[in-house]
Amino acid sequence: MHDNIVIIGGGIAGMEAAKALLALGHTPILIESAPTLGGHVGRWHKLFPDLTSARELVARLRSEIVGANIFLGTQVISMNRLADGYSLKLSNGIVINASALLISTGFKLFEADRKEEYGYGVYDRVITNADLEDWFSGADDARIPQQPQTVGFVHCVGSRDLKACNGQCSKVCCATAIKQAIEIKERFPFARVYCFYMDLRLFGKKYEDFYVNAQRDYAVQFIRGRVSEVSETIDGHLQVKAEDTLSGKPLKMQLDLLVLMAGVVRNTAVQELTSMAGLETDSDGFLRSRDNEYAVVESGQPGIFYAGACTGPKTVPETIAEARSAALSIHAYLKTL
Amino acid sequence: MTDFGFKLSKSSTIDLSRVELDRFEELCRQEPGAKVCIGCGSCTASCPAGRLSGMSVRKVLLGLQRGQKVNDMLQCCMLCGKCTMVCPRGINTRNLILTICRIYD
Repeated sequence: MHDNIVIIGGGIAGMEAAKALLALGHTPILIESAPTLGGHVGRWHKLFPDLTSARELVARLRSEIVGANIFLGTQVISMNRLADGYSLKLSNGIVINASALLISTGFKLFEADRKEEYGYGVYDRVITNADLEDWFSGADDARIPQQPQTVGFVHCVGSRDLKACNGQCSKVCCATAIKQAIEIKERFPFARVYCFYMDLRLFGKKYEDFYVNAQRDYAVQFIRGRVSEVSETIDGHLQVKAEDTLSGKPLKMQLDLLVLMAGVVRNTAVQELTSMAGLETDSDGFLRSRDNEYAVVESGQPGIFYAGACTGPKTVPETIAEARSAALSIHAYLKTL
Repeated sequence: MTDFGFKLSKSSTIDLSRVELDRFEELCRQEPGAKVCIGCGSCTASCPAGRLSGMSVRKVLLGLQRGQKVNDMLQCCMLCGKCTMVCPRGINTRNLILTICRIYD
């Protein structure tokens, strides 16, 4: 059992942590419930702000962790506390005794059909950010017209929204909307593209440049107002309503395609696991770190660490940095045993 | 007085240091939701009266904090409650409107 490290969740956080632990001389065990590694990033087409390939990042990480023990399509079905670690039973029948656990179970995308007023799953021309990424990657999508004339993006779908029981900002959608607006303009140069936002939160390195780029080089229009409802016209177009708060007037317009920026919400699929491990939930619904300023990668339980979006929405570079930080913390923790 | 053919205009600047906020503070005591508006405009966009009358809960709430006499537009409110349904901050706009009408009468 000695020094077994189990990483639960094989997205970029779990993969990067596995890579860092391998470099530190450990052989981590990586458990992923899906049949492939990569998580949400593995499904994405390109990453902001440099439009690098998400799949290449995941493929590179995968090639760098071949030395780890990887269980795909596997879940933790029970967990017991031992004197100096944890005993885990996996869905494939294997029992592992581990000295340290890394929780990198990530997030869930908000289910956009829960915001009924936006008509996802009801109207033919409403899609989500994730659907658009699938289409960028080459998947067919009958909802996307051949030559859309007008495309709208709705920010904050299921984020900053108490009605959706999700009050926090999802952090990555503003930059994602701008990225996707630019990509739409590249494919459909004559389309008019509108972003409906409440606040634009472009805090990261080069995000502001990205915003200026969208305005100046791609003529993306930004409307400060939250879309209140979407309906379908008799000829199959969408009609959206918002207040243009900067001019102080109600606004309506017809669109050929509407993209909902579904937000980042807590991963409810791991609730059982976290309660078995005795992990606490923070006031935002995500896992509670030992200290939100100083010890984000540490949980309140000895030997259990966090990396990535299980503690809240994060960008890719933040997740990578946290994964490395968690790997170092685990390395130091094992020396104290 | 000699008529020079022009007159002085009244300043349109909001002088925040002269704005009386006692009634707004009373409003916040009675309806704490008044403090958490982020001005997204969902209320105005969904308002069936706003399209015709220009009434806007967002504008009223902002105007009251800037010393403007804007509460008259609430006369057009039909208390249908659509704004309460769409508010992302969960503000009880119906109670907010009724409380404003009471305090700023």
